[in-house]
Amino acid sequence: MNSTVKQSEITTKYHLPGDLAIWVFIFAELLVFGIFFLSYAFSRAGNVELFNESQKMLDTASGAINTLLLITSSYFVVRAVTAIKSGDAQRCVNWLAAALLGGAGFLVIKMMEFADKISQGISLSTNTFFMFYLSMTFFHFMHVILGMIILAAVLVKARKGGYSATEFSGVETGASYWHMVDLVWIVLFPLVYVIR
Amino acid sequence: MNHQTQLNRRLTWIWLALMAFTILTYAIGKSGYAGTWVVVLLLVTVFIKGHWIIADFMELRHAGLLWRVLAHGWIILVSAGILVAYMMGMK
Repeated sequence: MNSTVKQSEITTKYHLPGDLAIWVFIFAELLVFGIFFLSYAFSRAGNVELFNESQKMLDTASGAINTLLLITSSYFVVRAVTAIKSGDAQRCVNWLAAALLGGAGFLVIKMMEFADKISQGISLSTNTFFMFYLSMTFFHFMHVILGMIILAAVLVKARKGGYSATEFSGVETGASYWHMVDLVWIVLFPLVYVIR
Repeated sequence: MNHQTQLNRRLTWIWLALMAFTILTYAIGKSGYAGTWVVVLLLVTVFIKGHWIIADFMELRHAGLLWRVLAHGWIILVSAGILVAYMMGMK
């Protein structure tokens, strides 16, 4: 009896949102991005002038708008989670749709940035800065797409009534992955676009 | 005001603060200010934003200690590494 009480106390005290597997995946992703970021930072230490000069060619406004889009999209996903927890599946679907719109906006702006760089003849082999800039932002771009696929799958299931106030783990799983994509960009934006 | 409304209100404030910090980061970038203290300021904002995303958006505030240590540890290690590398580049 006593141990059952303790067990329930533990489960209410500690709650890992969503599926355990997604968290293992999230931390594996964070590790990879962390290595990418530190490689960039230490490469820069040996090529400060080159990095500063090349960075001037980036569009900081696009980077900032994309940060605002991802943060806002993350906030919408948070609202989708609180909506389903209170049993409002329709509202959950609406917030998820809004979040997907934010993600799509990010992709459009990022593609415009890529197109602009390509039209200027910039490629992976231009210099070390652009090798990092293009590979890191493209790698992140692919994660935005994967995150949107996951959110879309959650949205479809939510529309079919697959989640409720008592069964919302899938929504939390998708949300957690989406926040990881946001968290990584929060570091990437100042590191690559701003710090000089 | 019920618990749900209260939570949503808190989350909305966090969202607005995250937006404000992003605009600050952009303004610093546009101003052309550089140097160790500017980088420290930028990394402090990265940490604060990261903390809110981890604790409130990801809801790791209520997760076990290991998960919180891993997530906050990630942002602290990455930020510290960026600062060390930046200072190495100043020599």
